[in-house]
Amino acid sequence: MTVQTLIESGLFKAEVPGSTSRSISKVFCCDLLSIAMGKAPENGAWVTVMGNKNTLAVASLADISCIVLAEGIRFQDEELECARKEQIAVFSTELPVFDAGLKIQELLS
Amino acid sequence: MGDNLTFHYMISGDDFTRAGEASSDLKNKLKMIGADNNVIRRTAIAMYEGEINMVIHAGGGEITVDISQDNIRIVLADKGPGIADVEKAMQKGYSTAPEEVRALGFGAGMGLPNMEKYTDCMQIDSELGVGTTVTMDIHM
Repeated sequence: MTVQTLIESGLFKAEVPGSTSRSISKVFCCDLLSIAMGKAPENGAWVTVMGNKNTLAVASLADISCIVLAEGIRFQDEELECARKEQIAVFSTELPVFDAGLKIQELLS
Repeated sequence: MGDNLTFHYMISGDDFTRAGEASSDLKNKLKMIGADNNVIRRTAIAMYEGEINMVIHAGGGEITVDISQDNIRIVLADKGPGIADVEKAMQKGYSTAPEEVRALGFGAGMGLPNMEKYTDCMQIDSELGVGTTVTMDIHM
């Protein structure tokens, strides 16, 4: 499955499409950036409520496919601009972290 | 490849949101020279953790990256307060990061353990009141 698949699923609001052909291989849920840095799988879809600029840095450096901001959390314009520049896909949803992760898992399997 | 490639980065100690710029730059350079994807990822993660540490604890510092045919060496040098107990600092979950840093999602006491996890060799030289130098090697 790719970022495009997740966009077309309509499960979440696509804030930044990023690199749409990028594959998504796993779901990863974590709000501590320190742990995400060490544990997030390559090409993972990362569900989190931590919406600051460092979230983008972690996603970019750890080769994460997309960020899904849960619980109605949104990036500010500055962060969205940075995501566009770095081609990082960003989604948002009102769902809690677990529910959002589960939806992606269902798409994956 | 012949000669080694060397890059220097000055890390500012006052802007937490800019931490990661040096690691991003190095990541792009490694992509350009065609390094293995896994090596690039490990290098980027280890260096980013180092950058974050410098910003949180040491008021910035200097990073030197030396790339040879078979190794990437990253030397993070700061003039911060030094690490009182290196063994303790290496324990997962042990952290001296301030509250405002934790509020941003960092400071969970995983920085140094992550750096060790993602590199082939890591050495910490630290003296209280003088500073800390962390040397990491990633084999290509």
